[in-house]
Amino acid sequence: MATDEREHFSHTSNEFSGILDNATAIVPAQTNNYSTMADSALNSTSYLAAAQSSELPSTALHYLDVAFSYIQMIPGSAIIIRYIKTSHQNDPVRTVIELFLFIFAVRYLLAPTYSTKKTKNVPLSQEEIEDLVEDWTPEPLVSDVTDFERIENERRPVIVGPVGPKVKLQSGRTVTNLASYNHYNFANNPDLTQKAINTVRTYGVGPCSPPGFYGTQDVHMRSEADIASHIGMPAVIIYAQSFSTISSVIPAFMKRGDIIVADKAVNYPIRKGMQLSRSQVRWYEHNDMEDLERVLQKLVKEGQGKPLTRRFIVTEGLFETTGDAVDLPRIVELKMKYKFRILLDETWSYGVLGRTGRGVTEHQNVDPTNVDMIIGGLAGALASGGGFCASTEEIVEHQRLSAASYTFSAALPAFLATTASETVNLLQEQPTIIQSLRENIRTMLTQLDPRSDWVRCTSCADNPVMLLVLKDTVVQERGFSVADQEGVFQDCVDEALANGVLITRLKAMPSPLGVSPRELEKEWQPRPALKVCVTNALSKKETEKAGIVIRHAITTIMRGKKWQRQS
Amino acid sequence: MPLRTLNPFVSSSPSSTTTEVLSEKEAIRIESREIRDPNKAKFRPRFTIPFSGSPKTAVRPSSEPTGRLEPPSQIPASFRPPSPQIPTLSLPTINLTTATGEKSKMEELSKPLTLFAPPSPAEAKRIAKAHAAFGPLGSKQHLYSSRFVGSEFPEPIADEPPYFYLITTYISYLILIIFGHVRDFFGKRFKQESYKYLQERDGYAPLNSDFDNFYIRRLQLRINDCFRRPVTGVPGRFITLLDRESDDFNLSFKLKGTTTETLNMSSYNYLGFAQSEGECADDAEKSIKKYGISFCSPRGDIGTSDLHVQVEQQVAEFVGKEAATIHSMGFVTNATTFTALVGKGCLMISDQLNHSSIRYGARLSGAVIDMFKHNDMADLERLLRERISQGQPRTHRPWRKILVAVEGLYSMEGTMVNLPGLVALKKKYKFALYVDEAHSIGALGPRGRGVCDYFGISTSEIDILMGTFTKSFGANGGYVAGPKAFIDKVRVTNAGTIFGETPTPAVLTQISTSLRIINGEICPGQGEERLQRLAFNSRYLRLGLKRLGFIVYGHDDSPIIPLLLYHPAKIPAFSHEMLKRKIAVVVVGYPATPLISSRARFCVSAAHTKDDLDRMLSACDQAGDILQLKFSSGIAGGQEPLHDGLTNEGVNEVRSCLEAGGDPGMEPPRWKLEDVLKRGVQDVKKPLC
Repeated sequence: MATDEREHFSHTSNEFSGILDNATAIVPAQTNNYSTMADSALNSTSYLAAAQSSELPSTALHYLDVAFSYIQMIPGSAIIIRYIKTSHQNDPVRTVIELFLFIFAVRYLLAPTYSTKKTKNVPLSQEEIEDLVEDWTPEPLVSDVTDFERIENERRPVIVGPVGPKVKLQSGRTVTNLASYNHYNFANNPDLTQKAINTVRTYGVGPCSPPGFYGTQDVHMRSEADIASHIGMPAVIIYAQSFSTISSVIPAFMKRGDIIVADKAVNYPIRKGMQLSRSQVRWYEHNDMEDLERVLQKLVKEGQGKPLTRRFIVTEGLFETTGDAVDLPRIVELKMKYKFRILLDETWSYGVLGRTGRGVTEHQNVDPTNVDMIIGGLAGALASGGGFCASTEEIVEHQRLSAASYTFSAALPAFLATTASETVNLLQEQPTIIQSLRENIRTMLTQLDPRSDWVRCTSCADNPVMLLVLKDTVVQERGFSVADQEGVFQDCVDEALANGVLITRLKAMPSPLGVSPRELEKEWQPRPALKVCVTNALSKKETEKAGIVIRHAITTIMRGKKWQRQS
Repeated sequence: MPLRTLNPFVSSSPSSTTTEVLSEKEAIRIESREIRDPNKAKFRPRFTIPFSGSPKTAVRPSSEPTGRLEPPSQIPASFRPPSPQIPTLSLPTINLTTATGEKSKMEELSKPLTLFAPPSPAEAKRIAKAHAAFGPLGSKQHLYSSRFVGSEFPEPIADEPPYFYLITTYISYLILIIFGHVRDFFGKRFKQESYKYLQERDGYAPLNSDFDNFYIRRLQLRINDCFRRPVTGVPGRFITLLDRESDDFNLSFKLKGTTTETLNMSSYNYLGFAQSEGECADDAEKSIKKYGISFCSPRGDIGTSDLHVQVEQQVAEFVGKEAATIHSMGFVTNATTFTALVGKGCLMISDQLNHSSIRYGARLSGAVIDMFKHNDMADLERLLRERISQGQPRTHRPWRKILVAVEGLYSMEGTMVNLPGLVALKKKYKFALYVDEAHSIGALGPRGRGVCDYFGISTSEIDILMGTFTKSFGANGGYVAGPKAFIDKVRVTNAGTIFGETPTPAVLTQISTSLRIINGEICPGQGEERLQRLAFNSRYLRLGLKRLGFIVYGHDDSPIIPLLLYHPAKIPAFSHEMLKRKIAVVVVGYPATPLISSRARFCVSAAHTKDDLDRMLSACDQAGDILQLKFSSGIAGGQEPLHDGLTNEGVNEVRSCLEAGGDPGMEPPRWKLEDVLKRGVQDVKKPLC
């Protein structure tokens, strides 16, 4: 079909150019002999008069005469003839150029439209397509569950009732809970629950709308103001889920062609956000400030002479995958020096670090306005839901229009927004609750880190989420693979649970489907770890006891037959 | 007999108070009587000054000049929009005891023979609050059950306005763009301060590109007051807006400290479960007491409680699948599930108008992404044939999997997916089918179970059903339902489950209780009533708008009704006209819609009463006259009904005529509002043509 058309077009254009060629052939011949001819009016009589005086055969003259009389019958022909006359202006070169342009325009208009999409399709007949369609068998939608995954599904603890310092499991046992981020036990605070109930009684449960379309409730605006004043930034925007906040903030600002410099150990949602942004991503070694400076220097050098693009450093306050804290003063220094913006993910440090829980900026005495964007979570220690981004007015307003998970998703339920306001105020009013949490962290740490032969804690001293990894010597000695380490820790979790303490392990990031193992190896994966979440709802003694149980559980598993040196 | 509405818009006005109360036999719930006949309204004594009461609720101090909010006075005196002047609550007690001072025998009885006593002020306030969230049913006639019958699902006929409107729309945008550039030209020279954010600042590149920001700066800023209007309270039948004003041309807003209660045509509250009273709220309260506020843990760790297990079970049963898994955010449900399904070497085919979250998920998955024209099965088939026969690009190996992702109900168009067509294609081309029921679950089908229920198609035909709880259930979050093996795998491979926070107890209970109400497990009859009211309301409003002469998009049973505005200037104008009449509507323009077809979108709810919709129709009628919005040609319906039985064929004739490229030559429907209201209830149950 398409080729037919093309042929058709080429025919017509050939015809056109043929006619025009004839015309060009005639015109110069005439103008050579009678250059005055075009000066006189180009109506048929004068033309004929001029032509008659030439030596053209009479039959040709007759045809020309007839042709001109026909042309004159076309409405508007006089205008065209006048145009040709004025454009000629006694200069044959002008006419030739005009004609050339005319031919070009006609050719251009008649040329078949071409698509920019390159189709390299193999031509196939309808029968062949039918056969191929019939022949094609898709893989099953999901692959089978592996043994490890099956165990994970089966052993996932199901809690009956509230998530307090002691939880009741479905089996009926009550165990000590060191697995949820309920560090201050705000989730069951009677004042807070009563306020949450009051909010449900005024606002209902869900807001039923995205924030742009009547989903912005006064409680959201109040929580935004409360968090902004707590953290010390001019403006805050609240998202409906903590996990996805940063995945949405990154693509709102970073586009194709922009540069992101990221810590190698950043968490999963940051990675996905960067993937969505299509920016150029450069990695630096985890918390290695010299490596960061090297990368920044290199980028600045590469960028010289090119138009300035947006450049960001993306890192976490407390790392989800390693538990340690960022060196923020140094990063701010580097940012100032090399003119990068900082995007700091404080999902795990907001409400935890600092005297009043403002996060890593308070902890390390950095003016928060030096950080361009701070992302925080309200779903963890603050026992509410949702996440936020704190920044300047301008940056926050930009997100209200262009951050996908804000614009295209329903707003945060009102009762979670009021809970966030309340818990933020509680942290400011009673900083002692943070102090008591730190004491419990210290108690737990002394039970685990220095006393254990097998594990060490990679978390920062003030982080209530303690990540315990196997010591390097142990891994080497026993020749553990990553899967082995995960197996060891799953057994530790089960053993601790059998002794009445509920803990979890750090989950690996799910790998994309269909990627070859060689590519997967290049992907950074966190080191398998045990996760112990300290809470101040337990007394010092209870914490100590739980610590002992965890330490013994690790020892039992490591001494057991199953995980002895691999042959 | 038009009486006893508990309409919060009106303070009581004794002039129209009447004692004629109980007249209908089916008066089961006394406070829920809300019958009004527009015909009778005509014969009301004229001395009742329309809108005599303050339009604000009595409890709020009125800070604005009342006149500003009053509908224009040129409403024909013969018809008055039903709702805004119905008096309430100050009803006298009807007592059988004589009013004389004489001692009556009656007094000796322990129980006085009171036929009717008005509710106490506290009780009245409570009822008013409850009715502001969920309106009482006016009549048993205002119910309908929607279900698709027939074999081939027709596309809705999309009407087009006269060319004059299309051309002037383009010219409007042209003028806006020229003005924008002129303002930019001078602004960048004389008001550099306000353009600083677009320029390089001490070595930092601007965060916004000048070009990308142009639309927001020069077009959207003008109409910014129509978006993100702050609200308070329950987003139910009515929604309370916080009044705000801007003194810098919409750059910033200041709250005035007053509120306006408006009819809520904007929230996705399809079944009216956004309530602060009733079973759902009661259960949510109990749940917070029992479980606390939050579980403070992702599902992957210890964020699974018995509530989760129970809700997942309920959801799976409700949608008709083996198992389900839930997330705390609907957007993330889509954005993370695709990565667990498809990847490299897979093809994902997505409807052109799919939601942003599906696009996010698709991009994250790493699969090859293709799009087909909205709801166009022929285009999908062409694409499938080409893609399957050609295999993967460059390598020409066969695809590992092909996943077709569609939505059940499209939120900007009001169209439903052509499920029968898709299922037929699926049988032939063996692709996996993913249906996002974010808007359709709860809102469609005789049992509220989404598109499968509506079409009467077994859910086993569809591989994965996804949906959200934000809309019909008045909660938050989303689910994915499918075969058990599939869900088991997704639980361990889906990042949203592993790292994402788990839904909170109150949200879970809201889901659980609303599901049980829809099922009829608790409060038998209530769920059914909600479903049928939604179906009736959707059709009633759509039919009314068609008859008034508006162009509306979408299928007849869809609770989402987009009303086409076309001109960009009419976007804010319509929103303001409706706000003047105390109705909150959503208006959308480019880039959420194609440049030309700016629209207002109404979301109908089961919480609306027929009177609310009549009020809506009356407001649209007036706004349509002021703004010249009635330009339908009649091909999409709204005609004078033919004799019974002939109507359906009329549609088919129009359709075949249009397909042949002809002009069906129809009279443009421009019904009078009175006639629309008069005929609405009886005609709504016939095909809407």
